[in-house]
Amino acid sequence: MSRSRTGHPALKVAEPVGAAAPAARHQRVRRPLAERAGRRATPYLFIAAALVLLVVFTYVPVVSMFGYSLLDWDGLDPVSEFVGAGNYAELVTRPELFGVFTVSLYYFGGTIVQLAAALYFAVILSFKVKFRNFFKGVLFFPYLINGVAIGFIFLYVFKPDGVLDTLLGLLGVADKPLWLGDRSVINYSLTGVSIWRYFGLNLVLFLGAIQSIPAHLFEAAQMDGATRWQQFRHIIVPGIRPVIGLNLILGVSGALSVFEIPYVMTGGANGSATFVIQTVNTAFKYHKVGLASAMAVVLLALVLVVTWIQRRTIPDDTTELS
Amino acid sequence: MTTRARLAVTLKYASLTAGCLVAAVPLLVVFLASLKSEEELYGETPFAPPSNWFNLDNYRTAFEEGQMVDAFVNTTVILIISLIGTVLIGSMAAYAVSRFDFRGKRLTMFLFLLAALVPGVTTQVATFQVVTGLGLFNTRWAAIALFMGTDIISIYIFLQFLRGVPKSVDEAAMLDGATHWKIYRTIILPLLKPAIVTVVIVKGVAVYNEFYIPFLYMPSRDLGVVSTSLFRFQGPTGTQWEVISAGIVITVIPTLIVFLALQRYIYNGFARGATK
Repeated sequence: MSRSRTGHPALKVAEPVGAAAPAARHQRVRRPLAERAGRRATPYLFIAAALVLLVVFTYVPVVSMFGYSLLDWDGLDPVSEFVGAGNYAELVTRPELFGVFTVSLYYFGGTIVQLAAALYFAVILSFKVKFRNFFKGVLFFPYLINGVAIGFIFLYVFKPDGVLDTLLGLLGVADKPLWLGDRSVINYSLTGVSIWRYFGLNLVLFLGAIQSIPAHLFEAAQMDGATRWQQFRHIIVPGIRPVIGLNLILGVSGALSVFEIPYVMTGGANGSATFVIQTVNTAFKYHKVGLASAMAVVLLALVLVVTWIQRRTIPDDTTELS
Repeated sequence: MTTRARLAVTLKYASLTAGCLVAAVPLLVVFLASLKSEEELYGETPFAPPSNWFNLDNYRTAFEEGQMVDAFVNTTVILIISLIGTVLIGSMAAYAVSRFDFRGKRLTMFLFLLAALVPGVTTQVATFQVVTGLGLFNTRWAAIALFMGTDIISIYIFLQFLRGVPKSVDEAAMLDGATHWKIYRTIILPLLKPAIVTVVIVKGVAVYNEFYIPFLYMPSRDLGVVSTSLFRFQGPTGTQWEVISAGIVITVIPTLIVFLALQRYIYNGFARGATK
């Protein structure tokens, strides 16, 4: 694991500043005292704004969320009652609260389909193709579209006798389900929308990863008469395995925290509520801030566990490809 | 070319075309719907062309009744302030971390890293109390503060970039007697330009598309942004798909223009800033 990576910013932070330190110390000796104090304050002044915002809008909420999760509180009333682990007990014992995690399974299944499709198209587009940029652009563009707009577009597409039904009618399908009305179909429909929305990002990430594989590997393989499939199997897949792994794990935490598409399209009706929808409804619709905080704590814990697994299974220096 | 090779080529283009149709058809049918009258929309298939390609009635209705002008004004104000804030705050923090050794640095970096993992939507349960406590509820500052305050990825993008800039560049300036503030302003910030482009694109798209923060913190109609104003199109008056479609197109067009103009930067930007 090389420490001197130049790739991705997000996943590794602490880096020894040893290289800079001796020079700085050397200078400090010759500076007068007042200037030294000023110099010492400088980094804090530069980082102050970011740190204040970080504490106020992330850490204060996260810490107080733990506190709220022990209360019976509506979020408005100055009076609240301490219930200890009561909210957590309620969460575990009421299956309708915890059961919505099964909805995440649809989205996780969707992630697999999405990654497979993205990989397929990324491989095709990384070899010689006419109108390459056009295809790439059309396939990527949905990722940039506003989530509310996407929700409405697909409400229109799924409408009875709408776009999808008309298309299926042309193909001779007579029996069309209520895409958003039938409890056994709705989560497939919404997962489909989610794939449509996020597919483009995976495509671009995979394309970037494939392009960072040294070209001479492909040239050598071609000289040895390797087929496209062999190049895929023995050069591309090993070359981008870390990116696939990373996207898969991101898919898990994504599936756990699905929110916007079902919230905009169905409001969580008909068995399409996800855990996050339920959390925000519990907090802002039913005004049970204590219970909602307990739910948020559970989700936070789950996401942290998934991320921890990711950091354990995917070595540091490969995350740069993401 | 052998038959097999020809078949492979055919399959390749067939699947690409199919993929593009899946991506594009939903957008195209909505565009068609936005140009149709109510009778046309309910009388014909969704694929029938509109009788008048220049029928802009639905767009007029969308702009007037949907308050889309206000929405674009609000979105633009929020976008500009939070982008400037994000760039300044993020680049200053990155400068501090990459160029100074100070007490608590490791802890600070750990706090930023940990915060990047917290899924934003859920903590709103408690963030709501902070925002109301600060008196920001139902003001644009609620969204601006949250967009600036929850942005950790941009700090990493700047940090990453600054690591590639040799320290000798700013040390030379320091020997010339420049203050740290002057070095940041005249050397670091201009050097960061490519990273700023990345941050502006990734963050700009995220702010323009954000729905839940304005929805939760700015319920007043006059404070509607593009997302929330569009969301209100699905109103109690029943579903007027021709008007909603116009609203969708109005929302998507700025995105399309930006995409076409900045394609290359956008691909690179998302490839770099995507893990969040």
